[in-house]
Amino acid sequence: MEATRPVSRSTPRPTSRPAYRLTRDRVTALLMLAPSVVAIGVFVYGFIAWTGFVSLTQWSGILANLRFNGLENYVSIFNTGRFQTDIRNTVVFTTLFVVLTLLLGFVLAVLVDQRVRGETIFRSIYLFPMSLSFIVTGVAMAWVFTPGNWQNGDPTGINLLFKQMGLGWFQSGWITDASIWPGGGWFPDWSRTRIGLPLAMLPVVAAATWQMSGFTMAMYLAGLRAIPDEMREAARVDGATEWQVIRYIILPQLTPVTLSAIIVLGHVSLKIFDLIMTMTGGGPGNATDVPGIYMYEITFKANKVAEGAAVAMVMLVLVALVIVPYLISNMRNAQEG
Amino acid sequence: MATRTITTQPYILRHWPRLIIYIIMIGFALIYLIPVYLLIITSLKSFDQVSLSRMWELPTGLSFQSFERAWEVMHQSFVNSLLLVIPATVISCLLGSMNGYILSKWKFPYADVVFTLILFGMFIPYQSVLLPLVETLRQIKLYGSIPGLILTHVVYGIPITTLIFRNYYAGIPTELVEASGIDGAGFFGVYRHVIFPLSVPGFVVVAIWQFTSIWNEFLFGLIITNAPELRPVTVALQNLSGSQYTQWNVQMAGALMVALPTLLIYILLGRYFLRGMMAGALKG
Repeated sequence: MEATRPVSRSTPRPTSRPAYRLTRDRVTALLMLAPSVVAIGVFVYGFIAWTGFVSLTQWSGILANLRFNGLENYVSIFNTGRFQTDIRNTVVFTTLFVVLTLLLGFVLAVLVDQRVRGETIFRSIYLFPMSLSFIVTGVAMAWVFTPGNWQNGDPTGINLLFKQMGLGWFQSGWITDASIWPGGGWFPDWSRTRIGLPLAMLPVVAAATWQMSGFTMAMYLAGLRAIPDEMREAARVDGATEWQVIRYIILPQLTPVTLSAIIVLGHVSLKIFDLIMTMTGGGPGNATDVPGIYMYEITFKANKVAEGAAVAMVMLVLVALVIVPYLISNMRNAQEG
Repeated sequence: MATRTITTQPYILRHWPRLIIYIIMIGFALIYLIPVYLLIITSLKSFDQVSLSRMWELPTGLSFQSFERAWEVMHQSFVNSLLLVIPATVISCLLGSMNGYILSKWKFPYADVVFTLILFGMFIPYQSVLLPLVETLRQIKLYGSIPGLILTHVVYGIPITTLIFRNYYAGIPTELVEASGIDGAGFFGVYRHVIFPLSVPGFVVVAIWQFTSIWNEFLFGLIITNAPELRPVTVALQNLSGSQYTQWNVQMAGALMVALPTLLIYILLGRYFLRGMMAGALKG
């Protein structure tokens, strides 16, 4: 009987781990897990290796050409204006989206935390966009941010709303504005793209923030409500001012929440594809183009398969840089706990 | 996740007048509702009422013309999405439950490493597996079919479903499991008599999560279903919105129809939806 006992997390672990003996039940457990492990092994790790291999070949066209090409595809994409633009856009989008979503989520959480009447209704309103598809958001937001002929007094969408509210000076080209801020962007000799903030990206950031800020709100709200009262009381007894309690007790307690949220938001934004496809299609020009769209178009529309694979590998590396340290630290914590 | 049980008083803003707090909260709520307001009023307008210069005005009288037109174009895709989402969700739940049970109650050496390697699968950009995925589905004759799409969603759903169930089962006391072990129940006996009966909330969370994310998913649908008659709703909607010939009220009606199932789930079962969402943040 002893040997058939499941091993649990809460079992106090002696310094030398009790020997793991295979019993019938344990073999059954391993066999039942095997299909999933094999599926992930093939569909995640095997396919990534395959894509990595293709990115080193000369495959360009309908028929597979697996002749070795070294790192040529990577050199080629990094020297392409469009890919450089995509990297710029990813940096701009990720930075703005993560910062705004964290800030807005925090503000909303603090508001919802005030024991107001109708708390559930407010919380539900801030959170419901999370349940929508990025495609639905994209369709609705594309119309909200279609500027119309606003220079000639014929605005649509949000420009019309601004005009009717007497806030006409807020009118802008939104998703049709191809300009780069500040001053058309910096265009040094070594760059094939204008470095700066593409203004058409702002409505896309607004749409993504609208969709995801409820998520950070929920995380911060759980975090705020998990801080024990005694900690604040103790600080207050020690003569801390209100601001000091916030600065030195509350905010540090929320750091793990912020970190988790950054990881989730960061990987969402590095992969962003659907929202931009629907809202702007990557335009105007390539002002809102991102690697996800570039990969899709050159692989499946232009048959530049090897270059598409290289773009996919760059995306994977960017996401892995964020995720892998997080996963490893998560695993260590679980093992200790 | 205990949000209601703790009696913590709010600290930040506690000296602010309540009126100000309400005004700010209502202001945010109105801004959050703008896109939905636009979706609803536009899709309820008749074709001759649709004008961009009056887009924020309420419709005069109800008209379902836009919905009828959108349904005409998209009804097949709703059938496709249901044929995809329901089997994929059921299989995902069963697989996730079994994996979670094994990884929480039948740990083996390096189980945590295996679990972490599985988890990585939910964060990858799917672009990095797309090409081999298409080739493999072609080889096994599932490319361009709904079963192919089901297989894809089930496999890439393994990490999140396993994660949710594993964390859920970690909360079931091991003594319960051990006691039934002493009674002579083996691997399946423990699952059937102890774990499964306690799993209902876990199944609800995972089912809602998988239903919502597969319904809302776009990239796999776009790549794997090449034929227009097999498109899931998101691909059909994207196509509708990209078309020059479709009036925008029809697009809005289509968007609202696509949003409705997941929105209903959120309204009815929001608490469970939230739990699935937080699980994605691992420690959340």
